[in-house]
Amino acid sequence: MPTEISHLQTLEAESIHIIRETAAEFSRPAMLYSIGKDSSVLLHLARKAFAPARIPFPLIHIDTTYKFREMIEFRDRVACELGLKLIVHTNREAIEDGANPFRLGTAKCCAQLKTKALLDALREQRVDAAIGGARREEERSRAKERIYSFRDAYGQWDPRNQRPELWNLFNGRIDHGETMRVFPLSNWTEVDIWRYIERERIEVVPLYFAREREVLVRGAMLIPVEHNPPVAPGESVQRVVCRMRTLGCTYCTGAIRSTADTVAKIIEELERAERSERENRLIDHDQDGSMELKKREGYF
Amino acid sequence: MAERELLRFLTAGSVDDGKSTLIGRLLHDSNALYQDQLASVRQASPGSSIDFSLFTDGLRAEREQGITIDVAYRYFSTPKRKFILADTPGHEQYTRNMATGASNADLAVLLTDARKGLLPQTHRHAAIAWLLGIRQFAVAINKMDLVGFDEAIFQNIAADFRRFAEKLGPVELIFIPTCSVDGDNIARRSERTPWYRGATLLEHLESVPVRAPRREQVRLAVQTVLRTGREPRRYAGQISSGVLRPGDAVIALPSLRGSRVASIRVGDQEIDSAVPPLSVTVSLEDDLDLGRGDMLADPASPPRSGRRIRATLLWMSDRPLAPGRPYLIKHTTRQVCASVTRLDCALDPATLERRPASTLALNEFGECEIECHQPLYFDPYAENRLTGSFIVIDPIGNGTLAAGMILSEAENAAAAPQPASGLTVWLTGLSSAGKSTIGQAVYEKLWARGYKVEWLDGDAVRRNLSKDLGFSKEDRDENVRRIGFVAEMLTRNGVIALVSLISPYRQVREEVRRRIGNFLEVYVHAPLEVCEQRDVKGLYRRARAGEIPAMTGVNDPYEPPLDPDLECRTDRETAAESAAKVIAAIERRLARAAPDQS
Repeated sequence: MPTEISHLQTLEAESIHIIRETAAEFSRPAMLYSIGKDSSVLLHLARKAFAPARIPFPLIHIDTTYKFREMIEFRDRVACELGLKLIVHTNREAIEDGANPFRLGTAKCCAQLKTKALLDALREQRVDAAIGGARREEERSRAKERIYSFRDAYGQWDPRNQRPELWNLFNGRIDHGETMRVFPLSNWTEVDIWRYIERERIEVVPLYFAREREVLVRGAMLIPVEHNPPVAPGESVQRVVCRMRTLGCTYCTGAIRSTADTVAKIIEELERAERSERENRLIDHDQDGSMELKKREGYF
Repeated sequence: MAERELLRFLTAGSVDDGKSTLIGRLLHDSNALYQDQLASVRQASPGSSIDFSLFTDGLRAEREQGITIDVAYRYFSTPKRKFILADTPGHEQYTRNMATGASNADLAVLLTDARKGLLPQTHRHAAIAWLLGIRQFAVAINKMDLVGFDEAIFQNIAADFRRFAEKLGPVELIFIPTCSVDGDNIARRSERTPWYRGATLLEHLESVPVRAPRREQVRLAVQTVLRTGREPRRYAGQISSGVLRPGDAVIALPSLRGSRVASIRVGDQEIDSAVPPLSVTVSLEDDLDLGRGDMLADPASPPRSGRRIRATLLWMSDRPLAPGRPYLIKHTTRQVCASVTRLDCALDPATLERRPASTLALNEFGECEIECHQPLYFDPYAENRLTGSFIVIDPIGNGTLAAGMILSEAENAAAAPQPASGLTVWLTGLSSAGKSTIGQAVYEKLWARGYKVEWLDGDAVRRNLSKDLGFSKEDRDENVRRIGFVAEMLTRNGVIALVSLISPYRQVREEVRRRIGNFLEVYVHAPLEVCEQRDVKGLYRRARAGEIPAMTGVNDPYEPPLDPDLECRTDRETAAESAAKVIAAIERRLARAAPDQS
């Protein structure tokens, strides 16, 4: 004694500090809860940050209606068990107008069902700080994102005009109508997330674990068939042992061939992984630098 | 091995030094890149070889311009350690971004180009890192292939750097000969440097001791208070230094009330010792009314507290520092109103030498005195990075204006004696007679001797205070009156006001002299032919060509002082001699004035 502090303890301490700062300095913070593994870790950290008191802010889920059924079940059960305030928001107007990823393509569909829905929900709930689970490691443009990411009154991000962020001091001052996006997991990597899930025994959606599933095989991509994606000539629906590495809408989340059916096996798989985690996501590849463009418009 | 130590480091150097390539190499050779990232970069690389720099240039704007604007964070690990790398831009205009990356780093990797040796920018990078508290430097002397892996060149650059680093203070140094394009001594020992027996860059990063957080001096800034109604209040915060255990005595600031730690938890889990950087909750044996912004500390060595501090500032905004203007300061979990009451000096970012300054612009360092409306509980930055640092926030625009590192409490204002009455020193003479040269020399000397001094130079005034005026006699008289007014106010407030201005007309000079009273007239005198020959600003030539209608000495009169307090014949004496004469006259005058004040 005193013991050495491991990198997971360091990351945990940093994230808890950020979550507490956000709760203390903003009047209407909320957590963007996407049901994925990062959200599960974020939620766990928020519980630890405020224990024994309750999490002092609501969770917001942007439901595109194209999520996996297992995700929605998981979401409702977790919210109920933990007694959380959960707000679900859907861009009904766009859905009634027939917005879907098959017809609009992923870029337009995301703009309507995710970006617009998110901005509407934040406005409706008068949220001034939205806590999200994005990590800098995920994508090239995210490497330069701040932990406190300032958005103007239209929800837009200006990469050239970011506030400098030094030490553990965050500048949360904003004017009416402006919002802050807060990313407590900025410094975590995918492996860190899984190691922490293992260490803290955090429950995640079973879709992350390998089993035989029906998928549409399109080249190297495996597309889940839950929302009946169009099948092109030469493609076929097959039963494949696979798992999801990231979770989003069924059509835009590719599965990967894997037999990892436990957290330990997933970690082992990642340690020798040769492909980055967002590689199987259709949305990141629709234009060069596409995530940066989406973020400038207000995408999370 | 499941859990490893974490090392945070930064890399600084310019694109030309091969920094992006070195990082790309480090990530590639430590297997931190995925196949698909590799494939997309391979696709974008011109020719058949891989352009490693493409792995790290993130933003579109940067890719288009081929530069690195912002701090980018990279994550990689080896079986020995986890690393967070802050890749910071090297150019002077991005000093603030480099400081941002340095603020949380334990070590700096500095890059130099073996062909060029140490450049001013390498000095600057080292100095910035040093100011931000980094004491471990790994200097990669890169592009060794372009100097034939010559050991002598390597040793010379290393020796140069060592000499420079001595000026900074105690630092730990290692020099590594690298060729990032081919990967020599990055992750793989080079066969082309048989004379080098030290570690590769990666070996060094894996083995250098991570700075252990200081164990003494417990500090916990309260972020928030957690209440459930069922159990005692818990104070939530991050341990910034020291070791805290249940049963330990603590003192609360600002109340100065003491208590003992009842329990410490991370989440729901009780722990028997809390060390930095853990985020914990603490309950106390006594009911102290603590809130956000308060601090728990070790009663044997409590932090300093005070409303007035001295600090090093790095200015980070396009709008320069305005002494006296209200700002907000965020320090630990406190936010207070404050203003900069005195700017002592600016720091040269390459040598850390002090020079006089009246403001700080974007990317400039300076030392200043700050007065806060409420006290801060702090330690000097050199002892504690978290309780010694703060940011300055614009209360109107909301932006982050500056980063601050606390040096000490401010000395008592009475300790620095200043004359109660100031003095106006008025340098008059023809254009190119030497007024500004003498003015500047006198200003710097007086400033260095600790006088409160301001310098009003004719050209600077014309650009600011008298932008609207021309060169007719009326306008020139008005210009002299305005400067006279400012000089009068400064003099009244104990400042030495240096004025360097042609001020050709005797009558208005006399008028100003009468108003101010404590006035020293210096005639900076050189014959017109000499001035015209010097013609520093090319005005005489243009006047002779008929381009300037009212040029003093050419087609407008200069009326020399009839009885100046001092005359400097700049055609016969050097500028230094003239400046020394002026300073001597000033000090005589102030000494004569001094007995009157007592």
